[in-house]
Amino acid sequence: MAREMTGAEMVVEALKDQGVDVIFGYPGGAVLPIYDVLFDHQHAIRHVLVRHEQGAAHAAEGYARSSGRPGVMLVTSGPGATNSVTGLTDALMDSIPVVCITGQAPTHLIGSDAFQECDTVGITRHCTKHNYLVRSIDDLPRILHEAFYVAQHGRPGPVVIDIPKDVQFARGLYSGPQNIEHKTYRPKLEGDPEKIEQAVSMMGAAKRPLFYTGGGVINAGPEASRLLRELVAATGFPITSTLMGLGAYPASGKNWLGMLGMHGTYEANNAMHDCDVMICIGARFDDRITGRLDQFSPGSKKIHIDIDPSSINKNVKVDLGIVGDCAHVAAALLDRWRARGLRADAAALKKWWAEIGKWRARKSLAYKNSSKVIQPQWAIERLYAATKGRDCYITTEVGQHQMWAAQHYHFEAPNRLMTSGGLGTMGYGLPAAIGAQMAHPRALVIDVAGEGSILMNIQELSTAAQYQLPVKVFILNNEYLGMVRQWQELLHGGRYSHSYSEALPDFVKLAEAFGAHGIRCDDPADLDAAIAEMIETPKAVVFDCRIDKTANCLPMIPSGKAHNEMILPDDEDLEAEIDAAGKALV
Amino acid sequence: MNAPAAPLSPYSSALGKSNVETHTLSVLVDNEPGVLARVVGLFSGRGYNIESLTVAEVAHAEHLSRITIVTSGPPEAIEQVGHQLERLVPIHTVTDLTLRGSAIERELAMIKVCGTGGNRDEALRLADAFRARVIDATTESFVFELTGAAAKIDQFVELMRPIGLVEVSRTGVAAMSRGKDPM
Repeated sequence: MAREMTGAEMVVEALKDQGVDVIFGYPGGAVLPIYDVLFDHQHAIRHVLVRHEQGAAHAAEGYARSSGRPGVMLVTSGPGATNSVTGLTDALMDSIPVVCITGQAPTHLIGSDAFQECDTVGITRHCTKHNYLVRSIDDLPRILHEAFYVAQHGRPGPVVIDIPKDVQFARGLYSGPQNIEHKTYRPKLEGDPEKIEQAVSMMGAAKRPLFYTGGGVINAGPEASRLLRELVAATGFPITSTLMGLGAYPASGKNWLGMLGMHGTYEANNAMHDCDVMICIGARFDDRITGRLDQFSPGSKKIHIDIDPSSINKNVKVDLGIVGDCAHVAAALLDRWRARGLRADAAALKKWWAEIGKWRARKSLAYKNSSKVIQPQWAIERLYAATKGRDCYITTEVGQHQMWAAQHYHFEAPNRLMTSGGLGTMGYGLPAAIGAQMAHPRALVIDVAGEGSILMNIQELSTAAQYQLPVKVFILNNEYLGMVRQWQELLHGGRYSHSYSEALPDFVKLAEAFGAHGIRCDDPADLDAAIAEMIETPKAVVFDCRIDKTANCLPMIPSGKAHNEMILPDDEDLEAEIDAAGKALV
Repeated sequence: MNAPAAPLSPYSSALGKSNVETHTLSVLVDNEPGVLARVVGLFSGRGYNIESLTVAEVAHAEHLSRITIVTSGPPEAIEQVGHQLERLVPIHTVTDLTLRGSAIERELAMIKVCGTGGNRDEALRLADAFRARVIDATTESFVFELTGAAAKIDQFVELMRPIGLVEVSRTGVAAMSRGKDPM
């Protein structure tokens, strides 16, 4: 049943019809008609006024990743759109469903270099899954609903809808999202049954099998994580995961090897290198995972399950590619594994686990603790101990602290870690925490940060204050852009060019200036009490945790090296490990 | 932490050693604003080659356009090109005509040749041999229209060069699979 209304009203109607109850945005000239309509719908749609449009994008991401629902943002034309670009690119790289509505100069001014005009669809073409410039009110309802469909279906991603101001004022007929089936975009959900049989046969014959899972499992919904756990239990195979997939299989699970990749565990990386059947589910053989490609898991048959056909054989040639949704394919694998009465080769698996046990015994995440200086790993461990069992969501910024959080905070459930994996965006964590807190008002949301990253979007503390969001910013402050410093130590002979965080603000006073609570801790003996104070404070907290300034994030696969050439914490000469070709890599 | 371009990177070594092939892709798309920019942007953004590209609407009522792209690269890269194109939302189908067997490929060219005396006669004789048509003539020039496989046009252009070649305009390749089935 079509109803007549303005374009701006259509936007708000469509948001309501799509079940959106929170949006993140910043008003401006080209979106004023939509903001005017929002004024009358504040009970249905909560608008969170961010302090920078990049914050809106990351908040929408944090909301989406912690809730499984699409994140929605609303920004104005020109700078509103361009400020969103980093967040949109981040969502594209990490496959996060975000719908971004941008205002645009009125259609008759497009192309005239009007005030706050930019070619939004041109600029965002490369950093969105799809984008639309709505030139006619007649197209607006379809595009609004299509955008939500495209953002969420298949491999999720950001979608931009650029709406000229005159289209927002124009009147037209609105109809709801019924019968939304895209005419060309129909992702394949079910895996090819023949290939499922082949995969199950390969798994049954495996001597040294390994599950390698990623963010695709989390994107496929909680059912996918449940099925993955069942599959691991049914087969008894070991499992590792990318940064993006942490929590899909619980860190306390007995088959868990820890995260793999550049800062993954010794056991996970060696198992990747030596396995004979690799079952990759919803991961994409990213360069942080594979290390040196021509020595990547040389002896294994590889099964790759992904909803995006272009991910298969992109970086690594696999033996069996299955296009489909992780949940559907995991269910099919489990079904066929049971129906055929397959069992893992118990003797071989026992031997394999024994080998893994030897790698585990190297204790690659070990570190030397100190009673004088807070070690970053220990700080994360204490944070984990204090929040264990609570309804807790962790976001991170990007750098050493991010990897320490991934290594030492143990994720038990999916959707609990929000981190910028693909793009590696410093400044992601605080706005993402705001998004997660909006989705989960009663939960404990902690942004594990570095003193460098946090300053990139520190203005969002003001957003947290306005909406009384009790997000906790836990800064591992080593007064260095730590990962840069670490690479300079490893690759550039300790020439610490511009990586020292000079002229840092007083984070406690900064917190107070923003209406938040500030805590500083530099004594290991005080840490537990300080963390408890942070958790118990019913408003936003900035925790300046002063840590060892020279701690490196280990273990590490040096660039250009293979999985079985890791630097472990007890290795002496870090620099000698990296050759010229490796130094050229990021 | 920017890496310099390709050769140093072990990450690209697995792809870099294969043979380079040339493939013709036929891509059916919604004829909507920006669709060509999406396709071209994908090629430039991911570092794929475009040797030739043609685009025109082929079904007015359905707003469908057909884009024919000749691309070159290792077979793995060309497979990737196809999959990456399929990810674009307004794309209906992507067909690698080269993989489907020997497709028919044709290109149209206009070739302007200037000269007098013997060169004019030679130009006309060669045009006749290539079945090129004269579509414009003055006392000092001809414009020839020539249709055929790209190699045939290359050859004709090379022959015209010493005779007085002035200008060439080519459409790029249009292609179709052989036999009764559509792509």
